[in-house]
Amino acid sequence: MRKKWMKGMILSMLAGSAVFASVMTADAADIRILPVDTAKFWSGVKFDFNVEVANAKDLQNVDITINGKPAADVLGKNLEQQVLDNGVVSYRANDVTFKNTGDYLVSVTANDAEGKSAAEASYTVVQEKAARPAKNVILFVGDGMSLQAREIARILSKGQTNGKYNDLLAMEKLDHNAIITTSGYDSLVTDSANSASAYSTGHKSVVNAMGVYENSTADPLDDPKVETISEILKRTRGMSIGIVTQAETTDATPAAMVGHTRRRALQDYLAKDYLADYHRPDVIMGGGSSRYLPNTVMGSKRKDNFDVIQAFKDKGYTFATTDAEMKAAPADKPLLGLFHTSTMNVYLDREMLKNPKVLKGFDDQPNLIDMTKKTLDILSQNKNGFFAMIEGASIDKQLHVMDWQRAAYDTIEFDKAIEYAEQWNKEHGDNTLIIVVADHAHGVSISGTYHERDGKKGTEAVRVYQNSIMPTFQDADKDGFPDNPDPDVTLAVQYANHPEYYENYHFMPVPTPPALSVTETVEEAQNIGDKVEFHQVSKASSKANPARIHPGDPAELMPANTPKDDPQECHSADDVLLNAGGPGSEYFHGVMDNTEVFFGILRALGVNANHSVNPDLSKEAK
Amino acid sequence: MKAARIRRAACGACLALAALAAPFAASAEDLSFSELYSDWTAAGLVLSEKTESLEGSTVTMTGYMAPPLTPTIRFFVLTEVPMSVCPFCSSDADWPDNIIVVKVSDPVTALPYDSPIAVTGTLEIGSEIDAETGFVSQLRIAADSIEAL
Repeated sequence: MRKKWMKGMILSMLAGSAVFASVMTADAADIRILPVDTAKFWSGVKFDFNVEVANAKDLQNVDITINGKPAADVLGKNLEQQVLDNGVVSYRANDVTFKNTGDYLVSVTANDAEGKSAAEASYTVVQEKAARPAKNVILFVGDGMSLQAREIARILSKGQTNGKYNDLLAMEKLDHNAIITTSGYDSLVTDSANSASAYSTGHKSVVNAMGVYENSTADPLDDPKVETISEILKRTRGMSIGIVTQAETTDATPAAMVGHTRRRALQDYLAKDYLADYHRPDVIMGGGSSRYLPNTVMGSKRKDNFDVIQAFKDKGYTFATTDAEMKAAPADKPLLGLFHTSTMNVYLDREMLKNPKVLKGFDDQPNLIDMTKKTLDILSQNKNGFFAMIEGASIDKQLHVMDWQRAAYDTIEFDKAIEYAEQWNKEHGDNTLIIVVADHAHGVSISGTYHERDGKKGTEAVRVYQNSIMPTFQDADKDGFPDNPDPDVTLAVQYANHPEYYENYHFMPVPTPPALSVTETVEEAQNIGDKVEFHQVSKASSKANPARIHPGDPAELMPANTPKDDPQECHSADDVLLNAGGPGSEYFHGVMDNTEVFFGILRALGVNANHSVNPDLSKEAK
Repeated sequence: MKAARIRRAACGACLALAALAAPFAASAEDLSFSELYSDWTAAGLVLSEKTESLEGSTVTMTGYMAPPLTPTIRFFVLTEVPMSVCPFCSSDADWPDNIIVVKVSDPVTALPYDSPIAVTGTLEIGSEIDAETGFVSQLRIAADSIEAL
C-alpha cells in the first residue's frame, strides 16, 4: 500500500516496498516524489522529475539526492523551486532522462519547524534489444475485452463440434501470451486513459490521466509528463504513427498514445494538441469530429473557433469523412479520417441492421478491417517503420450498456482486423510485432445459455449445467458474423457489477441503455450555531430503464450492486489476456504488469532513446 | 411502455414546476428533434430549413430534461431520449450531438427526467458559452413555459 503523500510516521512497511530512511514527528511535512516509487524507465526516455513538499511549517531546507548525489547532477538539470498556488513547494526538472541502466534511489529530506520528513523512491532503468528486432509494431487494444468477451466472440464466430471449437479467433493463434494486471498507482480498478498510458509510456498513472504523474494542483495540464510512444519513436527513429479507433479519436485510448493531461475529458485540447510536430500522428481515424470543428459549425463541441481539420489539411493531410473518401485517400499522404461527430456506430448497426434512426445520417462509415488496411498502406511508406495503435473501442462501450451481442460483433470485427494485419505481416517481411491486449476487464460472464422452447421466460429460462444446450447461431454466408444475433437458443450473459436494470436476455434491435441518469434532491439539515437550517442538496443517481423490459417477459428488476451515481456497468479489476506474434513477441509470458507492454515494444524495436534523429520537433500545437 | 412511464412520473416525486406564464403557447410552432437537422456528416450537422426559419420565433419542443446537479438551475439540457449517462457528474461521459439548452428566467426546481416534457419559448441559433459553467450550446430555447406531459 503506497500513498501519494508519504507521511514520515510509518509504523510498518510492506515487505519489498521501499522506503523511509528515518522516523519523524507526526506533523512533519508531506513529500511526494514523481515519478512514484517502483517506476521503471527506458534509458534515454524523457520525463519530468518533480518533488513536492506539502503542509510544511517554515520550511528550512529540502535535500534531494539520487544514489547519494545531488539530483541535479544525476539528471543534468537544475531543479526549479516554486511555491505553487496551493502553498505546496515544488522542485522540478522537465525533460530529463536516465542515460544509464541500473537501479536508482531517490532520497528526499525536508526540515521544517515541526521536524524532519523523509521519503524515498526506487527506480529501475532498462534498455534491451530483441535478438531479432522488429521494424514495425501494431498494438491492437480491445477496449474492455475481458477473457469472457473473447470467448463470447469465439462461440458466436467459430462454434463448437462436440465441445471442441471449430476454430480459434485470429488473435488466439498468435505465438505468445501473457496475463496482464491493470491497476493504476491510485486505485485497483483502472480506466482507459490510465491503462492506455501504461502501454504508451511504461508508467502507471491515475484514473482519467494520460502521459502524466498527478501533482498537487488542480490544473490538468501542469502535471509532470512522461514521454509517450509517439514522441519517443518520432524523436529517436523518425517512425510513422497511426491511431485508429471507433470511438472519438480524442477518446482516452488513442489520445494516450500521444498526449498528456490529467483530465481525459479535455478533448478540445487533445484534438488541437495532435497538431504538434513532436507527436503528431500520420494517420488518425475514428469518430469525434465535434472536437475538431470550430464552434461556428453545427455539431461542434469546441469552446473556440479553431478549425483543427483545416490545420491538418494545411499540413498536407487528406481529410476523409466516409468509407468511400477513406478508400480513395492516397497512400503517400497523411490521413485524418473522421467518420462521425461522436462515437462511430457498432458493426451490428453499421453493417447489418442499418436502421436509419440509429445511424442518423452516418450511413457510410468504414469498418475496422478497411481502416486497418488503409492505415498499413500509408504507414508502411516510411522506411523507418511505424507504430500503429488500432482499437476495438466499442467492445467496452457496449459492455458498459450491457449489450453483449453488440460487443460480440465488434469483437469479431476487431479480430478480423487482426487477421488482416497478421496476413499483411506475412506478406511484408514478417518484421512486425503484433500485440493484442485489452486495457481492462468488465464484469461480464457466460452463465450458460437461454431459450424459451419449454415456455419458461426470464431467469427461469437461463440454462445451466446439462441444460445449457448449445446456442443456435448460424453463419450461412461464412463471414464469421452470425446471420442473426437473436437465435432461439442464445447465450445467457450476466454481469458482476451493474446498475439497477431490468434483465432482458434478448437481443435489443435498437440500442437501449440499462439505466437512466436521474438526480435525487434531498433536504439536508445543517447546524449553524444553535440553529438548524435545511438545504436542498442534489446528487446523481440512476434508475432502471423501463424500455429494457422485453415485451411479453416478466419485468425482472435487478437492484444495483454498484453505487447508483453511475448508470452504467463498470470496469472490473480482473486481469486481462495479451497475445503477441512476430519479432520480439517472446518477451510476453506468465503474469506481467501492464507497463511491460511498453517495454516489450521498445525491446522489440531495439530503441536507443539516448539518440535522437529528430531532436528539435516542436511541441507547439498550431 | 410510454404510458407506463408517464403514469410513474405523474405519481412520483417529480413535481411539475411552478407555473410559468405561457402567453405564446397558442402560436408556437412545433419543432421535433428529428426535424432539427437536414444532414448529419462528420464535417458538421446541417440545420434544416424549418429550424433556420424559426430562429427568433416561438417554438415548442418535446424531449427529456437531463438531470442537473444543482437543485435550482438557470438552464437545463433537453435531449431526444432520456440520458443514460451523467455528463455533469462523470468526467468522461458525454452529451449527444443534438441537444437543446433551455434557458429559464425563473429558477425551476424538480421536473421528471424519465418522462417527456414540452418546452415553449424563443429559438436561438449559434454558439454560446454559459459564463458561469462554461457550457457550450449551439441551439437554445429561452423558455416561456415548460410542461410535464
